[in-house]
Amino acid sequence: MKGKSRPDLPLYVMLGPTFLWLLIFVMIPLFNVIEISFLTKNPSGGIDFRFSVESYASLFKRDFMLIMYRSFALSLQTAVLCLLIGYPFAYVIANMPRDYRKYFLLFIMLPFWINSVIRIYGWTTLLRMEGVINTLLLTLGIISKPLEMLYTDGATLLGMVYELLPFAVLPLYASIEKLDVSLLEAARDLGATKARTFLRVIFPLTMPGVFAASLQTFIPSLGLFYISEMMGGGSTMYIGNLIKNQFLSARNWPLGAALSLFLILITLILLKLYTKVGKLEDMA
Amino acid sequence: MNPEISIHNKKKIEFHPLSMLYACLVYLFLYLPIVIVIVFSFNTSKVNIKFQGFTTDWYFRMFDNSRLMESFYNTLLVAGASTVISIVIGTLCAVGLYRFEFKLKSLITNSLYIPIAIPEIVFGIALLVFFSSIHLKTGLLTLILSHVTFSMPFVAITVRSRIAGFDRSIEEAARDLGANEFRTFMRVTLPLIMPGVIAGGMLALTLSLDDVVISFFTSGPGSTTMPLYILGLVKKGVSPDVNALSTLVILGTIGIMVIAQVAQSRLEQNEGGNNSEN
Repeated sequence: MKGKSRPDLPLYVMLGPTFLWLLIFVMIPLFNVIEISFLTKNPSGGIDFRFSVESYASLFKRDFMLIMYRSFALSLQTAVLCLLIGYPFAYVIANMPRDYRKYFLLFIMLPFWINSVIRIYGWTTLLRMEGVINTLLLTLGIISKPLEMLYTDGATLLGMVYELLPFAVLPLYASIEKLDVSLLEAARDLGATKARTFLRVIFPLTMPGVFAASLQTFIPSLGLFYISEMMGGGSTMYIGNLIKNQFLSARNWPLGAALSLFLILITLILLKLYTKVGKLEDMA
Repeated sequence: MNPEISIHNKKKIEFHPLSMLYACLVYLFLYLPIVIVIVFSFNTSKVNIKFQGFTTDWYFRMFDNSRLMESFYNTLLVAGASTVISIVIGTLCAVGLYRFEFKLKSLITNSLYIPIAIPEIVFGIALLVFFSSIHLKTGLLTLILSHVTFSMPFVAITVRSRIAGFDRSIEEAARDLGANEFRTFMRVTLPLIMPGVIAGGMLALTLSLDDVVISFFTSGPGSTTMPLYILGLVKKGVSPDVNALSTLVILGTIGIMVIAQVAQSRLEQNEGGNNSEN
């Protein structure tokens, strides 16, 4: 073995583990989900090996359609708010002196390193009926009755935006930073106002970042079931909670599997749309 | 540097007070809940709603909460084990993809993006379904296996982007001088890609510590992680000992990440120095 290199052996040593790992823990589980989605649930909560498209048919039931509509609306609101808050913020950072930018970006990433349950728990302390914000407003005499903030749909939206904002800022920052300053100068020299320069030059050029930011907020928000449970109190059902329930409480695995595949389908369509506009690497 | 660019930079340095105010508000939004968690760890009231008085008791009493401590221990164990495994497999994969041309190359490269692209919740239930189909009880083992699955691709991709630029002739030189494959890898390749490995490892560690959704489906009754433990308590009410441990976790995480950033930029600087000597 010594001295002589045997190129064949290292190939298997180096890529074998990855190949096997992805096969066993990614491919096979995903095939399991596809398989289960075509089976039938039995009354005791298990699965019968009987082919059926019942789960897919039930996706079109009115209740489920309503939940999906509500989920997409929430995700869309999340993505739009993240863009509205994140774009100006990324713009401010990208226009700072180069030496400072690193630190400002670091401070955006820092909260992301701390577990989100801990951070969302902080929000619940703030928003409660007897919580920090209500106490403060009552003491200052601004309100006479505590505001109902926690366990509302608005709180869920707040939690989603809070959780996903850094994912919007980073791609936005990357594309704003790449802007060619000479183009902006050209626009100014040609007499364009600031607003016009932004609408006609800056914004179109940063579209890849806008798309990446929308995807990175929209897609994950569909699955963050624990945020609607912690902030919304779990009273309003979203697709994430619905999937979770099929596997844990309702024990209708085929339906849960069909819903999951529906979610993958949506993701793939969005990613496909995205690759038409930008490059996948811009996502990072 | 191009003189035109530096002129422009000078123009840009004018900090607009409004834009600074805006940036500060966004940071306030991001840090407010974290500060609140820390502040309430010093609260005398057991019901964690109003701040009544200052105490450091909870930092000692948290050790008596055996379920909290167990969940913390599980979190560290899962994060540690999955990070080490992810680093080993991911680094080997990245180096392998760099060195070899073979039939399945594009298949493996593309497959690395699957766990990243599919929604976490789907990934979580897919693993749950898989583990139950092979009759593997959910617990610490299934947690570690699933954490490796979502961390490893990130390590592989990070290390790979790092290798993309390095000079292959150094490896060949080592082999010509009589070093075998293993020795070449340990003594030549690994030191070169070290900044990438550290970055990838840190990413794996963060992802594991941060994960809620996938852990939710792949943990068992005796293997709750700290986030899952808090999630289960939030509606019933969380006592300040949880805040105390969370505060330590927050400070620990920030500490580790800052050290890692410094170490990484040191390594990169050293390398820059070596290159300029050449």
